[in-house]
Amino acid sequence: MTTDLDRPPPAARPTGDRPAPDAPRGVVATWFSDGWTVTWRNLLKLRRNPEVMVFAVLQPIMFVVLFSQVYGGSIRIDGGDYTDYLMAGIFGQTVLFGSTFSGYLMAQDLKEGLIDRFRTLPMHSSAVLVGRTNADLVLNTVSMVIMIGAGAVVGWRFSDGVPRFLAGVGLLLLFSYAFSWVMALLGIMVRTPEVINNAAFMVLFPLTFISNAFVQSSNLPGPLEVFANWNPVSALVQAARELFGNTGSAPVPDTFPMQHPVLTVVAGSAVMLAVFVPLAVARFRRSSSR
Amino acid sequence: MVGRTIAVVAMIEAHDLRKTYRSRSGEVRALDGLSLSVPEATVKALLGPNGAGKTTAVKVLNTLIGPDSGRASVAGVDVLAEPAQVRRVIGASGQYAAVDENLTGRENLEMVGRLYHLGRRRARERAQELVDAFDLSDAGDRPVKGFSGGMRRRIDLACALVNTPPVLFLDEPTTGLDPRSRIGLWDVIADLVRDGTTVLLTTQYLEEADYLADHISVVDHGRVIAEGTADELKAQVGGHRVVLTLVEQADAGLARSVLARRGTGEVRSDASGRTLDVAVEAGPSTLQGVLTELDDAGVRLHDAGMRRPTLDDVFLTLTGREQADDDESEQSA
Ligand SMILES: Nc1ncnc2c1ncn2[C@@H]1O[C@H](COP(=O)(O)OP(=O)(O)OP(=O)(O)O)[C@@H](O)[C@H]1O
Ligand SMILES: [Mg+2]
Repeated sequence: MTTDLDRPPPAARPTGDRPAPDAPRGVVATWFSDGWTVTWRNLLKLRRNPEVMVFAVLQPIMFVVLFSQVYGGSIRIDGGDYTDYLMAGIFGQTVLFGSTFSGYLMAQDLKEGLIDRFRTLPMHSSAVLVGRTNADLVLNTVSMVIMIGAGAVVGWRFSDGVPRFLAGVGLLLLFSYAFSWVMALLGIMVRTPEVINNAAFMVLFPLTFISNAFVQSSNLPGPLEVFANWNPVSALVQAARELFGNTGSAPVPDTFPMQHPVLTVVAGSAVMLAVFVPLAVARFRRSSSR
Repeated sequence: MVGRTIAVVAMIEAHDLRKTYRSRSGEVRALDGLSLSVPEATVKALLGPNGAGKTTAVKVLNTLIGPDSGRASVAGVDVLAEPAQVRRVIGASGQYAAVDENLTGRENLEMVGRLYHLGRRRARERAQELVDAFDLSDAGDRPVKGFSGGMRRRIDLACALVNTPPVLFLDEPTTGLDPRSRIGLWDVIADLVRDGTTVLLTTQYLEEADYLADHISVVDHGRVIAEGTADELKAQVGGHRVVLTLVEQADAGLARSVLARRGTGEVRSDASGRTLDVAVEAGPSTLQGVLTELDDAGVRLHDAGMRRPTLDDVFLTLTGREQADDDESEQSA
């Protein structure tokens, strides 16, 4: 490979006609353009990152197949089929863990110094976060589509019609998007990708397993059952399950999140967005480079 | 340095910048009243030992960090009041390459162009121009991950030029480049400056400052301790230096005392202890005197001569440290 920088390259010179940045376009247009540019960059990065692809593509398939085939025969669901019951749980788990990527990748970007380049550009700094969470939403959507396919293969059927099915998918993605912002803020604050990952697993594993994701909460021992019935993950799973028509005939536990899961998830997501979007943006602006 | 007319307008100005980093391990005063001024279409080099505050100064000027106090302006725009405005007219390349490892060289450049709001088509064209200019064509289409340090560096530098900025900040731009690429980059910079770009750079290579910079500021402990053209700085440390290399190390003490008496500054010796040098006022006659005296004393010499001071001498004299010296932990509290 030659490294011929010997001759002055004409293109590196400033030309007389410097582009007048932003002149023809307003703030809103550049904000969208910046957000889209960073999203594009993040999507390229995700696509070229085999670890992420394994996590987002193979892991959901594995979960669907393993859980339905291994436990399918031994876990009984009142008035329903375990595979049908299970799918909402796996969806919930996957989008929850998928959102942690926002924190992990945000921390990684801050560590690698690319953010320093962004900070010297005349871009909207919130675009860095918008681009992050958008890309992770796309990743979660891809995971969803794959899981739906895998679910169909192992025999999963939704039974309340297409509109409610789509509403369920939309609800899961809404939650994942809102939760991405929480994780992104964590990424800015913690700044060590591995720590984020480990901390997220330490919190999210118990949260998903002590919920109604894989078994009916009534099967759990006393205190865990109470926890499960108030667990936000249970609400998410219950909401999806209801919308898919996969609840079975067991009575719904008598707690607010279980009785009104869709409302709980929509309101919860709205609150997360209202609180964590401004927090993350402000924190990002304030946090100095390395 | 080619003579060129120097405009009076200062494109980069810093006045009494102060910045203290606070962390669990204590406080570090990185900038302690640093001031500088760079006229339009000139190059200013910041020289200084590790930890002197060069990077911090550059980061304040390119809007990456805010100072605790002081004023700064770039192209007439107040850096602290209107950082967004400043970002439109600067290009910056930091001490560590800030490129996306997962994107190709071309994609990196395109992304930066789009974030300058050039529009997608123009951003793509500009990326192509820079790929050609920096001869990255065979590497432009592979993710940066697989690149050598020097290639990364060049993509980073190319990123700084996407917007053809009138003001350029380069923090150690040639660190990690092979000699050929380094000289190539010097040409690129000289060319940009000829066309009106103003450059503030830091460097560990005194030769680079000598060759590129119209003005040099020597920075130590967070402030400028000397400034001027390379020649002015050299004149400041003395006209000539007399250099001796002894055959016997045992003669070092005697030779040192002779040099100390006839020279004007501190006598320095190299690692072997057999090569000594000192600044002198009247070069040739002092050299003659030293040689006669040593000859009378029976001291044998490998080599003796006179040389003009280099920027290394300036550096050592002003900062009392080797440029390459590492760890700089003593900080005035
Ligand atoms: N983010 C930070 N937090 C704490 N201390 C810092 C930080 N950045 C720099 N420092 C300290 O501030 C001082 C000045 O650092 P700076 O990076 O500006 O030096 P420099 O002149 O660029 O050095 P070098 O030649 O090694 O690049 C050093 O003592 C350094 O340890
Ligand atoms: Mg530095």
